[in-house]
Amino acid sequence: MQISSMHFKERAHANLANVQLQDNLQKIKGKFVAKRRDALTELDDFEGTREAGRAIRQRALDNLDVWLEIFERNATARGATVLWAETPADVNAHVLDIAGCHGVRKIIKSKSMVSEESSLDRAIEAAGLVVVETDLGEYILQINDYEPPSHIIGPALHKSKEEVADLFAKTHATPRKTEITELCLEARGVLRQHYLTADMGISGGNFFVAETGSVVLVTNEGNATLATTMPRVHVAISGIEKIVPTLEDVATLMRLLPRSATGQSISNYVDILTGVKGQGEFHGAEHMYFILVDAGRSTVLGGELREALRCIRCGACMNHCPVYQSVGGHSYGWVYPGPIGSILTPSYVGLRNALDLPQASTLCNQCGVVCPVKIPLPDLLRKLREQQFEQHLRPWTERAGLRLWSWLASRPRLYALTMGVAMRVLHAMGGRKGLLHTLPFASGWTKGRDMPAPDGRMFRDLYRARTKL
Amino acid sequence: MRVGLFVTCLVDLMRPSIGMAAVRLLEAGGAEVYVPPTQTCCGQPGYNAGDRLGAEVLAAKVLSEFEGCEHVVAPSGSCSGMIRTHYADLFADQPALRARVAALAARTYELTDFLTNVLKLDAVPGALTATVTYHDSCSGLREMGVKTQPRALLARVRGLKLTEMAECETCCGFGGTFAIKFGEISTRLADNKCKRIAESGADAVVLGDLGCMLNIEGRLRRRGDMKTRVLHVAEVLAGAGETN
Repeated sequence: MQISSMHFKERAHANLANVQLQDNLQKIKGKFVAKRRDALTELDDFEGTREAGRAIRQRALDNLDVWLEIFERNATARGATVLWAETPADVNAHVLDIAGCHGVRKIIKSKSMVSEESSLDRAIEAAGLVVVETDLGEYILQINDYEPPSHIIGPALHKSKEEVADLFAKTHATPRKTEITELCLEARGVLRQHYLTADMGISGGNFFVAETGSVVLVTNEGNATLATTMPRVHVAISGIEKIVPTLEDVATLMRLLPRSATGQSISNYVDILTGVKGQGEFHGAEHMYFILVDAGRSTVLGGELREALRCIRCGACMNHCPVYQSVGGHSYGWVYPGPIGSILTPSYVGLRNALDLPQASTLCNQCGVVCPVKIPLPDLLRKLREQQFEQHLRPWTERAGLRLWSWLASRPRLYALTMGVAMRVLHAMGGRKGLLHTLPFASGWTKGRDMPAPDGRMFRDLYRARTKL
Repeated sequence: MRVGLFVTCLVDLMRPSIGMAAVRLLEAGGAEVYVPPTQTCCGQPGYNAGDRLGAEVLAAKVLSEFEGCEHVVAPSGSCSGMIRTHYADLFADQPALRARVAALAARTYELTDFLTNVLKLDAVPGALTATVTYHDSCSGLREMGVKTQPRALLARVRGLKLTEMAECETCCGFGGTFAIKFGEISTRLADNKCKRIAESGADAVVLGDLGCMLNIEGRLRRRGDMKTRVLHVAEVLAGAGETN
């Protein structure tokens, strides 16, 4: 996907002013939070399960190379082919090779965020093949000229029912529907034809299971089951970090994933796909490929942000983030929005291409406390900020200001003297109401807020006066 | 019991009466209050903005100033949280300092937490005839576990009625330098907070951190609300007025 993370601030500005979007964001905000909260009450020991989830994901990452080799061995033994993609471009090349190899003309896709990294759909179309997204959200975006997703589990969440109704009427040339059920039925009718005529199905992969060589798909619409079992060829694409050692591990993670994501005890469908269709078997693809994508992950694994790779893509961090809730996913400018996106985007596309993202958080840690695998998101954002500071990737004025502050604050007498004067001046400027309407170097604050003026005297003055009494 | 009061730079500079209120509350609980005169800042602004070195210098200063205290108390969730949960990280590669910092961190408290759980304060001197709502500051809540303590103490303030607002645990949008770097987003978050406060019908919002206080008050006033008061929990508990 084209990277526009450098324009976070401008996009956020536009999105804050977009009345329709703000209305849509408001509507979904409470739903995710409340549903997750209710779903967690079903677990006797959420914190214990969460710790187990963290440990499982960390164990996989600690010996990732070993688990990947075990996965490759077991998947291959079941008749699948494992391919490795070092870059996003390699993903597209592999898919087109496979398509060529099997004489594929039409491809159906269930949801894959990793394929967004390489703009796979456009590459497929450029090669003269047909590709149809079958996840309802992704389908909506595809027929809207490949609008980027705004959320990792609900890519079209930013759209209202009315916007979708208009889009369907225009694209399908049918009378405009108004009920959600009618809209879903219309999409189903359109998509069903494609399931029956596609040669290849592409899916993502929520987990790759090392011990069995399986891919696990967690979905709600049933499209993934159809897309992976009806066509002759199935290609599952996901990041190398999605590996888990055992099916037992999947069971634990599945207690966390749907509850954290949509507040469901379990998703409507859970597919565990292992190997090609065997003799006498009715379901499954004849040819099965796994594309395991690095695209920056192995570098992250060796660095100080490695804990971010534990992510199981539930979306809870963005669902609970007050910044995401205000500016929407498109502001972040790449595949993964919200707090986890603000860590992954700089990691995968380069810090210099996403300078605002590590800064675009109040570090309120609402994301950290809801993360089902305990990724310390604010700590990781802070590490990126340290990298920016060290590499001079912040304005010199900010750097100078921070250095001046620590220099002054480590000289108590000079601090008391200069601050004493400054506070008295600001106090006088505050006038009778005690409010400052503008401040030099802080227009970001005073554009939308007053700054309450200081009381004038400092604590040390009051305390000294008291102890003298 | 010798308690070191870490006043915090924002209280020192902006609202010194809050520091005085904290002194009175600690004394009411029977503590002997010690205020290191050279104290300034805990280093959080630098730490959160990526200036690790600047933060380290100030953290070492806090350590030297407060190491002799049995407990360290701050009228702020974010500054006490900085010491309790982040200082160890700053000295991760300096074993000697790390152990000392960890010991200091373990005896550092947010004010209402300390009053409730260590001093076990029964009665509070404050009186306020008003309906108030409490805003849970992020660091206090999620780093220091401050949730029931201020509410339990506020319940003992004569005349005070506590009413909960929706989304009381949601960030007000301050976030330190975030409030200036992303002023527009920060303002929107503050706006949401102002709306929830208004919906609660409270006369005042009470909170435990200066950053949120300045942010919320600044937005309320810009919105034209000159009536809703923004009070620090220490002032309410100690009784407003008497400042020196």
